Amino acid sequence: MGKRRFAQDALSDWMKNDGPDSEIVISSRIRIARNIRNQPFPMLATNQQSREVMEQLTSVANSDELNELGNFDTFVLSDLNELEKRVLVEKHLISPNLANESRGGALILSDSESVSIMINEEDHLRIQCLYPGFQIKEAWELASRIDDIFEHEVDYAFDERRGYLTSCPTNVGTGIRASVMMHLPALVLTQQINRILSAITQVGLAVRGLYGEGSEAVGNLFQISNQITLGQSEDEIIDNLYSVARQIIEHEKAARERIIAESKIRIEDRIRRSYGILSYASIMDSKEAAQRLSDVRLGIDLGLIQSVSPQVMNELMVLTQPGFLQQVFDEKLNAEERDIRRAELIRRYLAPQT
Amino acid sequence: MHCQECGQKPATLHFTKIVNGEKTEFHICESCAREKGESLPGTPGGFSIHSLLSGLLDFEKTNQTGLGPKPQTIRCDECGLTYSQFSKIGRFGCSSCYKHFTDRLDPLFKRVHGSTSHVGKIPKRSGGQIQFKREIEQLKLELHQKIEQEEFESAAELRDRIRELERKITEM
Repeated sequence: MGKRRFAQDALSDWMKNDGPDSEIVISSRIRIARNIRNQPFPMLATNQQSREVMEQLTSVANSDELNELGNFDTFVLSDLNELEKRVLVEKHLISPNLANESRGGALILSDSESVSIMINEEDHLRIQCLYPGFQIKEAWELASRIDDIFEHEVDYAFDERRGYLTSCPTNVGTGIRASVMMHLPALVLTQQINRILSAITQVGLAVRGLYGEGSEAVGNLFQISNQITLGQSEDEIIDNLYSVARQIIEHEKAARERIIAESKIRIEDRIRRSYGILSYASIMDSKEAAQRLSDVRLGIDLGLIQSVSPQVMNELMVLTQPGFLQQVFDEKLNAEERDIRRAELIRRYLAPQT
Repeated sequence: MHCQECGQKPATLHFTKIVNGEKTEFHICESCAREKGESLPGTPGGFSIHSLLSGLLDFEKTNQTGLGPKPQTIRCDECGLTYSQFSKIGRFGCSSCYKHFTDRLDPLFKRVHGSTSHVGKIPKRSGGQIQFKREIEQLKLELHQKIEQEEFESAAELRDRIRELERKITEM
């Protein structure tokens, strides 16, 4: 049983470093789904079988090969309280499904929290690697290495024709989901976003909002990921995502330049207003917080705001989620109390120190 | 804003659904959301991709010819899941389901992925044979080219390598 440091810090260590293109790409993520041969998938497993799977997979956490990649802690989900689970979900380290519905669920988490390995989620094994900025290829290389380490110890369910067998038919084949989280305020402001997003969905990629669903992303954050897992190699999948994301980065940069050229004072006004409201408001709901944090982040990227670091924005995005707020203030909060506490917390981070 | 279902409690959940470019928005309170069973991130409940999938899996459509056994009677010997159960929940029960439902999976995978077979990574240990088989296929292609180009010396080399790999497979 490891330490529960994850519940204290909103910002994982891996998020504290800048990655390439980090003014637009917040993070890059790879998730690999694998199952053990001769064990039913978690949905149909008996409690006994789930336990066997958990024991078999968590034992790999102690292997030398894995520990060469960092320090890992293992957490059994049933040992964690509700708030701890919620915090893990808000940090995107586990899925809501693992937190709430799994039997024999476990998490193997690296120190920096850049690697989180879920056991007995929808599939027996889900390896997730997170990198700051635009580093999707690096994330895949690490995930693939970890995959090899597990494959050395357990027999995977693999079929010559269908590839890696997964519980859900949408993951079969490579079992990988590659995604990038992008901050695209200028494309939203210039109303180009819908055109771009609908083009994305036509090349086998999916888009969704970070803390919301649908294309109306909260805080102008969009997650773009591959849909297809069968019939394309991992490299093809990643190259496809990479080149589309690269184009979106260029469009966003161009849109930012256009905004500055055409309406500098208006965007400046919007950014400063948001900065002011965040610094002094007493009530802040999560939707408004996300929108205004997005404005301030844009202000930082455009060089209009220099007193706040981009990391503070990343930190506040996570800290202002309901679970984390309750963790920070160490009490149960209803929706209204949360809005008050959220405002308080943001003020603490942003208001000029006197 | 009030919940558009009950009209009483404040709406705390806001959805935007976009299906084929058609946008629908709705704003509801937490208790109505639970009743509606709408899946949302961070809350337990049905995950919409599976209900979406079950539309794709609808056996009436995948079996329009009327040939073959009824979906109710196709059953995975290993875990006992029937094809009609699979088409409802959108998830396989075990890896053998892939074998037992194989006839019906091609159209499904075509629709979801545009393809029916894997071309990516292969497990190193258990996939040794497959790796050899793929290599053989590749070498056979090269062999044909060499023969067409009348480069018989390199063709003979390729042939020997293919034999070597085939021998390795039979020894495995």
